[in-house]
Amino acid sequence: MSTPFLSVQNLTKRFQAPKGGESLTVFENVNLGIEKGEFVCIIGHSGCGKSTILNILAGLDEPSDGAVIMNGKEVSGPSLDRGIVFQNYSLLPWLSALKNVTFAVQARYKSWSKKQVHDHSMKYLELVGLAGGAELRKPSQLSGGMRQRVSIARAFAIQPELLLLDEPFGALDALTRGSIQDELIRIWSGSDQTVFMITHDVDEAILLADRILLMTNGPYARVAESVQVEIERPRERANIIHHPDYYDIRNHLVEFLAKRSRELAGKQDGDTQAAPKIVRFGANAGAEISSETGGKPDARKRAVNNAD
Amino acid sequence: MLASLNARALVLSLVLLAVFLGLWEAASPKQNLSGELTEYELLMGGAEPKAAVPPPSAVIGKAWEELSNPFYDAGPNDKGIGIQIGYSLYRVLTGYFLAAALAIPIGFLIGMSPLMYKALDPFIQVLRPISPLAWMPLALFVIQDSQASAIFVIFICSIWPMLINTAFGVAGVRKDWVNVARTHELGAFKTAWIVILPAAAPTILTGMRISIGIAWLVIVAAEMLVGGTGIGYYVWNEWNNLDLTSVVFSILMIGLVGMLLDTAFAYCARLVQYQE
Ligand SMILES: Nc1ncnc2c1ncn2[C@@H]1O[C@H](COP(=O)(O)OP(=O)(O)OP(=O)(O)O)[C@@H](O)[C@H]1O
Ligand SMILES: [Mg+2]
Repeated sequence: MSTPFLSVQNLTKRFQAPKGGESLTVFENVNLGIEKGEFVCIIGHSGCGKSTILNILAGLDEPSDGAVIMNGKEVSGPSLDRGIVFQNYSLLPWLSALKNVTFAVQARYKSWSKKQVHDHSMKYLELVGLAGGAELRKPSQLSGGMRQRVSIARAFAIQPELLLLDEPFGALDALTRGSIQDELIRIWSGSDQTVFMITHDVDEAILLADRILLMTNGPYARVAESVQVEIERPRERANIIHHPDYYDIRNHLVEFLAKRSRELAGKQDGDTQAAPKIVRFGANAGAEISSETGGKPDARKRAVNNAD
Repeated sequence: MLASLNARALVLSLVLLAVFLGLWEAASPKQNLSGELTEYELLMGGAEPKAAVPPPSAVIGKAWEELSNPFYDAGPNDKGIGIQIGYSLYRVLTGYFLAAALAIPIGFLIGMSPLMYKALDPFIQVLRPISPLAWMPLALFVIQDSQASAIFVIFICSIWPMLINTAFGVAGVRKDWVNVARTHELGAFKTAWIVILPAAAPTILTGMRISIGIAWLVIVAAEMLVGGTGIGYYVWNEWNNLDLTSVVFSILMIGLVGMLLDTAFAYCARLVQYQE
C-alpha cells in the first residue's frame, strides 16, 4: 500500500507533570493517514487532545513518540506548507488586521511587490467579509468573530498544501459561518489543498468532510473510528438533511460523542497499533473494515456548495 | 465627569500651591533688602549671618532674571542656566544612548537564550546594586577626563534597568506570537523585528523610562564631583557663593527638566503600547 500524503504513525503525547508527579498521557499510538486533497474533520470532547494533535501536525509541538510524515518527509518543524488557524486566533495585537495578513503573504511570496501583496491580502479579507475599513483596525478593536475571520484570511491567503483549522468557525454566527464554510469549500475544491479541521459541530463536519475522525476521551485518547461521508458534492446546506445517509451518519456521530467516546476511553491493552475502524453508510454500509490507512477518497465531484 | 475631575484637580493643585507659597513667604524672616544696607554691611556680605532660605518672591524674581537671559556666558563661573542645563542634558543623553545601544541588544540576547540568561545573571546581580558614583574614582583614573567620566557614570547607571527590562520583555513574549513567526518561517532577524521587538517594546520602554529618571538623578551628583559645568556644578557653586535663591531656583529647574524628560518617554511608551 502506498503511503498517504500525510501519515501519522504511533503518535504519542505525554506532558510531564510538575515536580515529578505522574505524567499525563494525552493520547497514545494514534495512527492515521490522510490522502492528498482530502477534507478530514476530527471530533472529540473538550480536552481529549485535538489541538495537541494539530500542533504536532503543524510542527509546533513535538510528539513524545511516533512521527508525522508529509509528502514522504518527516515533519520536524513548522512550515509555510502548513497553514494554521489557531483556536485562539493568534493575531499580532500591534498590527492592523490587514498587516496581520500582509506580513504572512510577504513571507510566503517573497518576490511579490508591495502592491501584489496588498491586493492579494485584501482579496482574502474581502472573502471573509472584512473590508471597508475594518481591515485597518487593530485586533483589540475587532469582535471575536472578526478576529477569527482575520485569522482564517491569513491562513487561506498563504495557500498552503495542508490547512490545519482548529475550530475555525467557533465564534461565528450561523450566517457568517455558512458563508465562510462555502468559501472554504470553494477554495479547497479549486485547488489540491488538503484540510484537517477540528470542530465540535457534527452538522458542519458532515457538510464539509470526506471523512470524520472520532476521538475518545482522554487521557490515553485515541482515534477510534473513521466515518466516511460519501454524500456526493456539491452539498447544499438545505438539501443535505434529506440525503438518505444523513441521519444515519449524524446519529452515529452523536451516539459516539454521547456514549462510546466514554466507553472506549482509557488505556488500551493488546492491539495498540490499530488504525481507526472505518465506518461507512448507505450503499457501502456494513463494510466496516479495518485497514492501515484511512479510506481512499472517492473520485469526488468537487464543486461549490450552494449557500442558503 | 472626567473633564470636571481634571478641572477640580487643577483648582486643588493651584490652591495647594498658593497655600504652600503663602506659608513659605510668611515663614521667611524679613531681611533688610539692599536699599537699607549700610556700606559696611554690603562689604561684609549683606545679610550673610542670617543666610536663610529665601522667600518665594525672591526665587520668582531670580527665575525671571535667569530665564530672560538663559544663554549668557560670562566666564567659567558665570554661565546662564540654559547653558548649564544644556551641558547636563548633553552628558545625560550621551551616556544614556550609549547605554541603550549596548543594553538593548544584549538584553535581547539574554532574553532569547536561557543559557546566556543563566551565564550573565551573576554579573548583572553583582554590578547592578553598585552606586553609580562608586565608579567615579575608577573612571577618573582610567579615562583621565572628568567630562568623559561623568558620561561614563551616566552610562553605567542607566544600563541596568534597560538591560533587565529588555531581557524580561523578550523572554516573556507570548508563545502564541512566537509560533506565528515560526509557522510563517520568518528568519531570526524578521522574527525579532516583526514579532519580538513590538511585543517587548512596552516593557523595554518602561526600562528606558526608569533609566532616564535615574540618569537625571545621578548627573547632579556627578557634576558636583567633577565640577566645571552643568546644573549639578551650578547648584554646588551657588551654595559656595551662599546664593540660596539661586540654589532653590536651580533645584526647581532640575525637577522641571526631569519631569519633561519623563513626559517625553511616557509619550514614546504610549506609541508602542498595544492592547491584547
Ligand atoms: N502544555 C501543556 N502541559 C500540560 N498539559 C497540557 C498542555 N497542553 C495541553 N495539555 C493537556 O492536554 C489535554 C489535551 O489538550 P488539547 O488542548 O489538545 O484539547 P482539545 O481536544 O483541543 O480540547 P478543546 O476542544 O477544548 O480545544 C488536556 O487535558 C490538557 O490539559
Ligand atoms: Mg483545542
